Amino acid sequence: MMGSNVKRPSSSDPVRVEHQMDFDAVAAQMRPKPLLARNLAVAYLVGGVICMGGQAINNLLLSLGLDKAAAGGRTAVVLIFIGALLTGLGVYDQLGRFGGAGSAIPITGFANTVVAPAMEFTREGYVLGMAAQLFSVAGPVLVYGLASAVVSAAVRYAAGF
Amino acid sequence: MTQRKAGKRSISFGPGVGITASSTVVGPMEAAGPLGRYFDTVLPDTKYGEKCWEGTESKMLKEACESVMQNAKAQPEDVDIIVTSDLLNQLTSSSYAVREMPINHLGVYSACAGFAEGVIVAGMALVGGFASKAVVAVSSHHDAAERQYRFPTELGVQRPPWAQWTVTGAGAAFLEFPAPDPLVVSRATLGRVVDYGVKDAYDMGAAMAPAAADTIEAHLQDFGLPINHYDLILTGDLGSYGLEVLRELLARRGIVVDTQLEDCGALIYDRNKQDVHSGGSGLGSSATVFNGYVLKQIPQGRWRKVLLVATGALHSPVRVKQSESIPSVAHAIGVEVKES
Repeated sequence: MMGSNVKRPSSSDPVRVEHQMDFDAVAAQMRPKPLLARNLAVAYLVGGVICMGGQAINNLLLSLGLDKAAAGGRTAVVLIFIGALLTGLGVYDQLGRFGGAGSAIPITGFANTVVAPAMEFTREGYVLGMAAQLFSVAGPVLVYGLASAVVSAAVRYAAGF
Repeated sequence: MTQRKAGKRSISFGPGVGITASSTVVGPMEAAGPLGRYFDTVLPDTKYGEKCWEGTESKMLKEACESVMQNAKAQPEDVDIIVTSDLLNQLTSSSYAVREMPINHLGVYSACAGFAEGVIVAGMALVGGFASKAVVAVSSHHDAAERQYRFPTELGVQRPPWAQWTVTGAGAAFLEFPAPDPLVVSRATLGRVVDYGVKDAYDMGAAMAPAAADTIEAHLQDFGLPINHYDLILTGDLGSYGLEVLRELLARRGIVVDTQLEDCGALIYDRNKQDVHSGGSGLGSSATVFNGYVLKQIPQGRWRKVLLVATGALHSPVRVKQSESIPSVAHAIGVEVKES
């Protein structure tokens, strides 16, 4: 049965190469298009509401007599707490599916990227699971965030302002 | 010895491997979909009393195996081979599902094409005289798959409209040879691994459509059948968009689809009401739709000849991060009610 009638598949077969060549165009044509206008509007709305909430917290803290720097830091802490809480209650993933970048970019989204793996990997234990995987999503943000902070601080120092 | 090979890539099961019983277990979301009433067991929630998703999936698979044996009125001791498959690394769900069963076990993997591969492997053993009764059972679980292949389940990610939703479900079939009933698997075509260069881990429909087209074409060629020999051609989990790509790829191969062509993933959810984008995926997609929806309606005469083309994206998260594309495979089994 084996031998001369065994045909090598794929690249040596002209018919298959032909199929392959226009495949990308076929797939791209059929692929459902993201609703760009809807996604932009919803991201703007969700992101805007989160930031308005942040501003309200900030104003409240300022009215309680905190200075600008102290109020800013505490506002971030409150937002991180709310993001973490909503993740724990199983709400933030729904918000993320709806709001996209609008809920991912504010600091509440950052809290979500830390708490989500924490919840997911607790089943493998607190050391090898939760702690080891805690920054599996947020890690790149921390690495490149810290690295760019160092670079921009160095530039600022060198430029003397 | 009887020649069972047909053409280059297919197998003729001669008088046919009997499908004596089937069973399905699905999650609440699948039960809420348009095919809900065709499924046997519905989980109250996606945890099903377990602490982790992996445990839930094994429990579902185990229950599918047990109930298919009950439905076939067979004891585990009567079964010669149990063939199982799932999506998790090391076939985790499979091993933990069958570890208390006194049955010889074969684990197979071809991602979401696992059910058809299992039927082919079991069918060959049965027709070859290596076994007389076999169980084929497979499963997938949305959350277990999501955490292994993509992100933690609580992460707020917006999925693109071509993404699919992994079906939480398990399906099992009880196979016998010689076949006691007229319902048999009579033909099969083995898939080749096909890779058209799709790199987007959300774009499984497009990645798998070429494999489905390749296997359908080979099946028709090997048996010299027109496509309308089958009343229904059912792909595993291309989703609504992958199914359109398949239609176009078949047309380009000169195959005009003049029969009912559907996709399990496109059928299992109500895409307007359920947030699943392009439809369902996972081994549970073809296994629950075939063992529930299809096998329950064949006796009522809705279809007499069905070709299940189970599709699998052989997606490795490691290789995709290394900028590799996603190879795919499709295995086909032809099921029919024998004329008496």
